Amino acid sequence: MPSFDVINLVLLLMVTLVAVAVVIVRNLVAVGMLMSIYSFLMALIWTNMDSMDVAFTEAAVGAGISTILFIGALVHVGTEETPHPRLHWPALLVTGLTAGALIYGTVGMPAFEDPASPANSNRVSIGYIRQDVEKTPDAPGHGTGPAVHDATQPVAAPGQPAGPVAQEHAGADYFHGHVPNFVTAVIVSYRAFDTMFETAVIFIAGLAMILFLRRRTA
Amino acid sequence: MRDQSILRVAAKSMTPFILVFGLYVIFHGDISPGGGFQGGVIVASAFILYGLVYGGAEMRRVIPRWLSDTLLAFGVLLYAGTGTFTLLAGYRFLDYTALLPGNPGTGEVIGMTLVEYGVGFTVSMVMITIYNEISEGTVPDTGSQPPGEAGGNG
Repeated sequence: MPSFDVINLVLLLMVTLVAVAVVIVRNLVAVGMLMSIYSFLMALIWTNMDSMDVAFTEAAVGAGISTILFIGALVHVGTEETPHPRLHWPALLVTGLTAGALIYGTVGMPAFEDPASPANSNRVSIGYIRQDVEKTPDAPGHGTGPAVHDATQPVAAPGQPAGPVAQEHAGADYFHGHVPNFVTAVIVSYRAFDTMFETAVIFIAGLAMILFLRRRTA
Repeated sequence: MRDQSILRVAAKSMTPFILVFGLYVIFHGDISPGGGFQGGVIVASAFILYGLVYGGAEMRRVIPRWLSDTLLAFGVLLYAGTGTFTLLAGYRFLDYTALLPGNPGTGEVIGMTLVEYGVGFTVSMVMITIYNEISEGTVPDTGSQPPGEAGGNG
């Protein structure tokens, strides 16, 4: 078993333990800390999977700000959870069905690092995997030659249908000027419109805090 | 926390480094992990750390409400304004080529940086606002006020 899998397995086991502990523990301050630990463990898993942007976000938002806001909210609601002695069967059924559907859904997902998966065989991904980015022929200062340069190199995956797509875009500097960080390029260039409204959602969250919770200085 | 001098000194000396790191994450979002969202959260965490140790009133002296309110709206405006500018310049919405038509690569970097600034402003100021409104009146403002005035001004 490669070390990658061993590390992931251990981390996922710890994540499961922490998740169970979150359900069992009644002290809400401890729950807040456990959720922070959960986020840090998830950040380690993302790091292990080379998904640095997600790991970064998980550590900053999930483990950092969320914990502070959670603890802040506890000041209002108290630190002890109200005990629920009775098992709520409909809730258990709904949760079990949802979890089953989610696990069933993972069966259809491509294997991790599968070069033929839709995410990896997308024309944008191919360009980034082959490091075609920032090879702008007419941009002064980048003198790395035209983007055609990489068309001779074999793509990392021999079996994938990269041929026509790669050849179609190799000489046409499709990645003209796109920034090296794939995630940022997708978020604020290819999907800039989405990100604008995500920012607007955060703005509305702040607006709601101002409108509902701010005390009037009368 | 009036007497916890180690905590106060540590928080005060950490704050500039957290701020610089947050700004670094925003500025370098196009070449390294991170971006406006993560950097904004880190910038906000610097202010929140300051507020946790020195009290909310002291934090609101450093970054007053009118400033955070203005900046959280300004971020969205900057993002949408960049898009509107590209639209008015005759390109598609948020087509960063419009910012530097002679050199689309650099234009894209400029556009992305502007947009990341917008996201960073909005995210950091919203986080500060959420902390402000949740904590006010509950976390005692022991920082710079006498105990009698602690806990919000109603």
